[in-house]
Amino acid sequence: MAAETERGGMDIRAQVSMVFHLDKCIGCHTCSIACKNIWTDRKGAEYMWWNNVETKPGTGYPTLWEDQDRYQGGFEQKGDGVKLRLQGKGATLGNIFANPSLPTVDDYYEPWTYDYQELFDAPEGDDQPTARTISMITGKTMDVEAGPNWDDDLGGSTIYAANDPNLEGITDEERTQLNELERMVFFYLPRICNHCVNPGCVAACPAGAVYKRGEDGIVLLNQEKCRGWRMCISGCPYKKTYYNWTTGKSEKCILCYPRLESGQAPACFHSCVGRIRYLGLLLYDASQIDKVAAAADGDLVEAQRAMIKDPFDPEVIAAAKANGLTDGQIVAAQESPVYKFVMKWKLALPLHPEFRTLPMLFYVPPMLPVIAEVKNGSYDVQGTSGGSEADSTGMPSISTFETARVPIRYMASLFSGGNTTLVEDVYRKLMAVRVHMRSKTVGNVPADEVAHALADGKTNADEAEAIFRLTSLPTFKERFVIPPMARELAIEARVDPFQRKQETGFGLRKETPERRF
Amino acid sequence: MGWIQDLVKPKTRQWEDFYRNRWQHDSSVRSTHGVNCTGGCSWMVYVKEGIITWEMQATDYPLLESKLPPYEPRGCQRGISTSWYVYSPIRVKYPYIRGVLADYWREARLTLEPVEAWASIQDDPVKRERIQTARGKGGFRRTTWDEVLEIVAASMLHTAEKWGPDRVFGFSPIPAMSYLSYAAGSRLLQLFGGVNMSFYDWYADLPNAFPEVWGDQTDVCESADWFNSKYIVAIGANLSMTRTPDVHFISEARHEGAKFVVISPDFSMVSKYADWWLPVEAGQDTALWLAVNHVILEEFHAKRQVPYFTDYLKRTTDSPLLVELVETPTGLTAGQFLRANTIDRYAAVENGDWKLLMWDARADAPRMPKGSVGFRWAQEDAEKGKWNLKLEDGLDDTPIDPVLSFLGTAGSEVAQVSFHEFAANETKLRGVPVRRVRTADGRDVVVATVYDLLFAQFGVGRGLAGDYPTSYDEIGPYTPAWQEQFTNIGRDTVIQLAREFAGNAEATNGKSMVIVGASINHWYNNNLSYRAPITALILCGCCGVNGGGMNHYVGQEKLTLFAPWTALAFALDWQKPPRQQQSPTWHYVHSDQWRYEGDFTDYAPVPADAKWAKGHAMDLEALAVRSGWMPFYPQFDRNPLDLVKEAQAAGRGSNEEILGWVGDRIADGDVKLTVDDPDAEESWPRIWLIWRGNAIASSAKGQEFFLRHYLGTHDNVVAEEHAKDKVKTVTFREPAPRGKMDLVVDINFRMDTSALYSDIVLPTATWYEKNDLNTTDLHSYVHPLQAAVPPVWESKSDWEIFKALAKKLSELSPEAFPEGTARDVVMSPLQHDTPDELAQTQVLDWRAGECEPIPGKTMPHLRIVERDYANLYNRFISLGRGVRDGLSAHGINIPVTEFYDELLENPVGGTPDTRHMRCVEWGGQRYPSVEDALDAANIVLQLAPETNGEIAYEAFRAEEKKTGLVLADLAEGNRSVRTTFGDLAAQPIRTLTSPTWTGDVNNGRAYAAWVLNVERLIPWRTLGGRQHFYVDHPYYIDFGEQLPTFKPKLDPKLTGDIVKSPTGPDCLVLNYITPHGKWHIHSTFGDTHRMQTLSRGIEPCWLNDKDAERIGIVDNDWVEVYNDNGVMVTRVAVSSRVQMGTCMIYHAPERTLTMPKSQVRGAKRGGSHNSLTRTRINPVQLAGGYAQFTYGFNYWGPIGVFTRDTYAVVKKLERLEW
Repeated sequence: MAAETERGGMDIRAQVSMVFHLDKCIGCHTCSIACKNIWTDRKGAEYMWWNNVETKPGTGYPTLWEDQDRYQGGFEQKGDGVKLRLQGKGATLGNIFANPSLPTVDDYYEPWTYDYQELFDAPEGDDQPTARTISMITGKTMDVEAGPNWDDDLGGSTIYAANDPNLEGITDEERTQLNELERMVFFYLPRICNHCVNPGCVAACPAGAVYKRGEDGIVLLNQEKCRGWRMCISGCPYKKTYYNWTTGKSEKCILCYPRLESGQAPACFHSCVGRIRYLGLLLYDASQIDKVAAAADGDLVEAQRAMIKDPFDPEVIAAAKANGLTDGQIVAAQESPVYKFVMKWKLALPLHPEFRTLPMLFYVPPMLPVIAEVKNGSYDVQGTSGGSEADSTGMPSISTFETARVPIRYMASLFSGGNTTLVEDVYRKLMAVRVHMRSKTVGNVPADEVAHALADGKTNADEAEAIFRLTSLPTFKERFVIPPMARELAIEARVDPFQRKQETGFGLRKETPERRF
Repeated sequence: MGWIQDLVKPKTRQWEDFYRNRWQHDSSVRSTHGVNCTGGCSWMVYVKEGIITWEMQATDYPLLESKLPPYEPRGCQRGISTSWYVYSPIRVKYPYIRGVLADYWREARLTLEPVEAWASIQDDPVKRERIQTARGKGGFRRTTWDEVLEIVAASMLHTAEKWGPDRVFGFSPIPAMSYLSYAAGSRLLQLFGGVNMSFYDWYADLPNAFPEVWGDQTDVCESADWFNSKYIVAIGANLSMTRTPDVHFISEARHEGAKFVVISPDFSMVSKYADWWLPVEAGQDTALWLAVNHVILEEFHAKRQVPYFTDYLKRTTDSPLLVELVETPTGLTAGQFLRANTIDRYAAVENGDWKLLMWDARADAPRMPKGSVGFRWAQEDAEKGKWNLKLEDGLDDTPIDPVLSFLGTAGSEVAQVSFHEFAANETKLRGVPVRRVRTADGRDVVVATVYDLLFAQFGVGRGLAGDYPTSYDEIGPYTPAWQEQFTNIGRDTVIQLAREFAGNAEATNGKSMVIVGASINHWYNNNLSYRAPITALILCGCCGVNGGGMNHYVGQEKLTLFAPWTALAFALDWQKPPRQQQSPTWHYVHSDQWRYEGDFTDYAPVPADAKWAKGHAMDLEALAVRSGWMPFYPQFDRNPLDLVKEAQAAGRGSNEEILGWVGDRIADGDVKLTVDDPDAEESWPRIWLIWRGNAIASSAKGQEFFLRHYLGTHDNVVAEEHAKDKVKTVTFREPAPRGKMDLVVDINFRMDTSALYSDIVLPTATWYEKNDLNTTDLHSYVHPLQAAVPPVWESKSDWEIFKALAKKLSELSPEAFPEGTARDVVMSPLQHDTPDELAQTQVLDWRAGECEPIPGKTMPHLRIVERDYANLYNRFISLGRGVRDGLSAHGINIPVTEFYDELLENPVGGTPDTRHMRCVEWGGQRYPSVEDALDAANIVLQLAPETNGEIAYEAFRAEEKKTGLVLADLAEGNRSVRTTFGDLAAQPIRTLTSPTWTGDVNNGRAYAAWVLNVERLIPWRTLGGRQHFYVDHPYYIDFGEQLPTFKPKLDPKLTGDIVKSPTGPDCLVLNYITPHGKWHIHSTFGDTHRMQTLSRGIEPCWLNDKDAERIGIVDNDWVEVYNDNGVMVTRVAVSSRVQMGTCMIYHAPERTLTMPKSQVRGAKRGGSHNSLTRTRINPVQLAGGYAQFTYGFNYWGPIGVFTRDTYAVVKKLERLEW
C-alpha cells in the first residue's frame, strides 16, 4: 500500500471511471455483443455477459441480483466500518465448500443453440424440417425458460417488472398503475463491472487472484492464480464475476485493457450507438475509503463525491505526483468527462451505493414520459386541459420529474441509497438545460420561466450550455478521454521494452478447449 | 483496506497477456451490411489468422456542420452479429439441390442435351408434381456449381423457347443495400428478356401519399436533420428498434429543448424516449391527425393568419389552384382542377390540358402559373424554361398574386358543397366560397380554391352556413371530440398537440417534424393515414425546411447513385425498355389470392354512387393493365418471341410494322393479355430466381397461398374461394392451379425459409466477402462492402454467380436459339417522369369502345427488343454504348459522353482494382469493363452526379434549361470532385448536391427533402408542380379521396379472415400486427445465436396481460395463432405495454427454427408471421397515365397491404409436438 502523503493525508490514485447517460440509452445491446464477440464467445463462457443490459423495472440477470438477502453480496455497516455480507475474509476460508448464496445456472440461464444442421441434412419427409433448441451444456434438446435478457422490454409484466426489488418503497397505488397505460413504463440499465474502489470480489477472493491495477484501478481476475472458489461471485453484489465451467476459473469484465492500452475505448463504449457512454480518469483519495464505505445509506453518494478530488487543485496534483501519477494522467483527469458529470454537475450517480463497494461507474437517470389519466374512457396526458387558445404559451410542455412515469423513490432506490433529494436535483438540472436551450435556439420561452428553471436546477446559462454540449454534441474523443497508459513503464518492470518490441507475439499459443456445439 | 493489491509483482501480471492475445488481430477491413435496415453503417471487420473474428464500428465519418452531433458510431446489435454467420452452422457452404430433382436431371442428362433434358422433366406431369410436393420437406443434396448452373441455364432457355422469356422472374429487394449484387441479377434478367419484380411497394414500404402529394417515390431527411427540429412526432415508427444508429439524434435534440411525442398503440421502445406517449387505437391515427388539422386550420389559418404559413402555401402548394365544382346526385362536389385551356386567354397554349389556374388578385381573374406538368414536357422551344415555381403567368411572365381564399372577396358567393364522411357513411353539405368562371366554350363554371375546400373538408366553418361543427367539443368530422371515438385519445391532448405543433412551426419557420414508419403504411388506407399528417406539416410550412417535414423511413430505398446504377442494373446500356413488374398486383394475381375474396367494397368504404370504385379488384387490375397504368407479365397468351415470327409470317417486316400488327391483334382480342385469364397454363410464371431477400417468408403476404399456388407443396390455408361470380371481365378457371413454378432458385448465405423451400440453393458470399456499394436515406455517405476474406467454402459473390450464369446461358443458347438472337415484343406501361404523364386526362377503356386503342397513349407501350443470347455474357461484362448518349434519372438528362469516352482509354485486361478501371474488347468494339464488381463499382462512382462533381455541374446546367432557373451554382464548388472505390475504402464519403435529389448538402448542411423546391423554385414532379393537398385523378374523386379524409380501419367481420377457423371461450380474437422488431432485420439475424439468446429463443406473440388472463395464458406459454389463411405456433410474452385487443408478432420470424406441429391444422408445422396474412390491393392506387399517377418501378401502384388489417385467433397449444 502506498505511503500516505504529507499533504492533507491524501493518498491520491487514478481510476478509469465511467458514466452511462441513461436518458440516451435505447436498450439495443450492441454493447453486450461487442463484448461477447471479443471476450466470452467460448466454451464455458457462453452464459457470461460481462456487459448486459436490463429492462427496468425488471428482475435482471442473474435474476433478482439486487436482492442481497438472497445473494449476500457487497458489504454492510459494522461498527465504524464495513464487513463483507458474505462473512468477512477469515470466515470465508473456513466455509469454502459451502457457498449457498451463489446464483445457480437457473438464476443465469442454461445456454442453448439450435440443431441448424437438420435444415441441411433432413431426409425428405412429409413435413418441413425444423431446427430445435439444444442445450449447450448437455447437448440435448431443451425448452427455453430463461435467458440473459429474458424480461427485455417487459415493463408492465406482472411476473418480472412487478417483482423489481426497487419497487419496495413505492405506494400500492403507484405499483398498480405501473401496469396501466397511464403509468406503464420501462427504461434500460446497461451494466458492466463497476471497477469499484472497494471491490467485494477482491475482498472475497481466498486465493488473492483478484486485484485492482495501480495505474488505472481496473479490477482484474488473474487466470493463473484463480482456484475457482467462486467467492468473488458471491462477494460482488452486482454479480459481475462469472465462473467458467470449462476452465474452472472465474472471469470478469476487464474494461478491455488491451484496447485501453492501445488508446481505444473499451468495446462496449466504442460500440455504444446511443452515444450514452463516457470514460475518463477520476482522482480519488484512497485514505478515505474506509470512512466513505461506512457512511449512512443516504449519505453514501455525498461521501463518495468527497473522496473524489479536484484534478485542478494544486494540493491534489502534488499528492498525485507523490504517488507516481504522471503529468499525462493529471491532464487526462482534468479533461475527464466523468469528472464533469459526477463532480462538477452532479448529474451522474452510482448504482446501489448501499452495497458499499464504491462503484466507479455512474449513471445519469433517464427522463421518462409524462404520466396520463383516463377521463371518460379517453386517455389524456397530464397537464393538458384544453382551455382557450390564449392559454397556449407557445412553449411546448416538456416532461418534468414530478409527472414522470417512474416514481422518484424508485430512482432513489437505484441511484442514491434512497436519497430522493439527490435524484430530484438531477432532474431539475436536466430540465433546466432543456428549457434554457430551447429558449436559446427558439427564443419563445418567457424569460422568467427560463430564470426560474435555471434557479430550480441550481445551475446557470453557461453550465447548462456546457452540459448540453457534452450530452448532445460530443465527438468520440470528447466522450472517451483515455489517459496515457505508460505501457513502456509497466513492461520495463519486467523486460526492456526495446527487447519486447523485437520479441512480442512469438511463441506457441495454447489451444483453447474445443467447443462441443 | 489491505486487500487492494495495487502493488502486485510485475511478474504476476504477466498473465494479462491472456486477454491481450485475444485482442490481437492481423487486419481490419471496412465493410457494411446489405440487409435493408436503412442503417448503412460503416464497419471495420477484424481478421485474425485469415478468419473473420469480429467487427467494430468505423468512427471516421466526415463531420457535418459543427452544430450537429456526429454520426459516429453507427451500427446496432444486429449488424455486430454478422460475423456469427460467416462460419456458422446455418451458413450455406456449397450448392444444394433437392434429391428428387437431382435424380430426374441426372437420369435425363444421360441421354439428352441440357435444354431437352429440362423439357423432358417439365413435360412429365408426374415428375413435375413429385418435384413440387417435395418442396420445403428436406431431402437436400450437396452438388456442384457446374451441375446447378447447367440446370438453371437450361431451364431458362427452355422457358424462353417454349413460353417466352417473360416467364422468368427475379426477385431481389432494395438495391441500395448492395447495388451491384442486385444489379448482377437484374442485368442478367434484362439481357435475357426476363422480369424484375419490384420490392418497395410489395413490402408496403412505398408511401403512396408521397407520389400523390409530391410526385416522388420517397424523399426524406437524413437523421442528422432530426437534430434541427424543435418538435418531433413519431408515428408508427419505433425508432430505437428500427433506426438504432440514428435515434441518438432524438435524445440529443431533446436536450437542446426539442419536444418529442410518440404516437403508438403499444408502449414501444422509443416511447421511453418521449415527453408524451399517446396510445392511439391501432390503425386509427388518421382520425387523430385530422383533428389536429381541424385545430390548426381554426387557430392558425381562420381566426388568425401566420404570414409565414400563408406565404408558404401560396408559393409551394396547390392551395390557390382552382377546382371545378360539379353537380352530382349528392350535390355540388369538388371535381377536377380547372384546366388552363378551358378559358379564352389560354385556349391555345401548348399542353393546355395539363396547365392549371389560380385566381390573381391584381387581375381579379384566373391566371396560369408556371410549373405545372404541362410546362415540364414542353415541346415548343418558346415554351421551354417555364417549368418553375415563380408566381408568374406562363403566357407573358406577368407576376401573379394568388388568392388563397375567396372568403369575403368581391365577386365571390357561397355554394353548398357536399363532402363524404366515411366513418358515419353520410354526406355533409357545407358552405364554400366560390367564384364563377366563363369558359371558352361558354360554360359558366363554379370554382373554389383548394384552400377553401380544405376548410370545408375539415369542418372549419369560418362563419359560413352549412353542416359545420360549432366547437371542438361537438362530435362531427373532424373535431377533437369526434376523433376520441376512434383513437381513445382525449380531445384536450389533441388540441394541445395541435397548438404546440403549429406554434413551434410558427416560432421556428417550419421546424416541426413527423417521423413515420411501416406500422402506419401497412394498413389498407395507408395513403390517407399519411396525407393527414402531411396536411398538418404543409399547413405549417414544414416541408422543404431543415428540421421539418414528413420523414418516412421504411426500407433502404434511397439509391443515391441512381442514374448510372439504373443503366447498369437494367442493361439500359444495351436495350430499352426493361421488363419491370409491380409486385403487389403480380402476387395478388399469380398467387391466386384474388380468388379468395369477393368485391373489395365488401370491406372497403367508397361513395355509394361510384362509377369505378366497385366490383372485384381483379377486374380493376385488368383495366389498369390494358390502359397502360400497370405492368403485367407474362404479357400475352403466347410467346412474345413467336409473336414477332407470326407478324413476319403475316408479312410485317420492320419493327414498326410488327408492333402495329401486334397492337391491332391485342385490340381485336386475338392476342390476349394474361391478366384477363391468369390461371391459364400459358399465363403462369415459370422460373423464380430469388437473391438478397427472403421472398417466401419475410415479404410473402399470404405465404400459405404461395406454398399452394406457386410451389405446389403443403399449406395451411382453409379459406374458401369467393371470386367466381364476382369477377366480370377476368376468367375464373376451376380448379385453381397449384404449383405454377417450374423451378425456384435461391441464392443465399444462410438456410432461410426461401432456401428451405427452393429447388436449388446457391451459396453466396456474405457482406464481408464481396465488394459492393451501399447508400441509405438515413445519412448522406456512400459506403463500400469489401471482402475482408475471399468468399468462404464454395460461395461466390452475386456478381460472380450471375456472371457464371450468363456465361452458361451463352454457352447453351445454341440448343434453344441456333440463330443466336431473337426479337422480343416488350409491353410496358406508361412511364412516370416522361411525357407519358400527359397521356390520359380521363379514365376511358378502349375495350369498351370509350376511346381508340393507341399503344403508349390509351394502352401500354409496345416495343421491340433484340435478345442476343449468344452474346449475353459479352454484353453482361461490358458497359454498352447506350450510356454514351446520357443517363436519365427522375426525368433529368445527364450528359456523360465525355466521361464514357474517357473510360474507353483504360487498358484492356489486367486485374480488378479498387482504383484503376479496365476495358474489354469483343466483336471489334471496345467497352468499359464491368467484368468484376470492382469495375462496376468504379463505373457507377465515376458516372454519378453525386460522386462526380463535374457531372453534377453539367446535370444542373441541363436542369437550368428546363426550368429557366439559375442552379449550377449549387455544384460550382464541387466540380473537381471524383470518387473511386479506393476512396470509399479509405473513409466514408459524403455525396454531393445533385439535381437528382432535392436537398442542399453544401457546406455540411444536413440533407432535407424538398429544400431545392422551396428555396430554388424547382417544381415537384406533380400535376401542379406543387405540393398537392388535392388529388384530382378521376379515380380519386370516384373513391372519395380527392381531399384528405378518414376511412376507418377495416371491420374484421367484413374482411373474412376468420370464417372457417374455430373460435370459442378459450380463444382470443385480436387485431394481429407485425411491427419491425428488435432482434432481427426482417428475418435476417433472427436465426443467429446472438439474437435468439438475447431474446427468448423464439419470436413470441406479445399479448396484453388482461387478455392473456382471460384465456388462462401465462408468460412463455405455447399458443397457436391462426385464421383462415394459416397458423403459427409460438410462445407468448405478456405485458400491459401491449394494447388490449391487439397482439404482436414482430416481423419476421423464419419457419426454420423451433416450429412445433399445429393442432388446429392437422398436425402440420405452423408457419411464420406471414402465414396469417393475405395480399389484397387497394384499387384506387391503380390509377395511371396521369401526371404523378403514372407508373414507375417501385414508385407507384397498390402496395402489398393487409398485414395490419389482419385479425387472428390466439389459443393455448394443447400439446407440444415436434
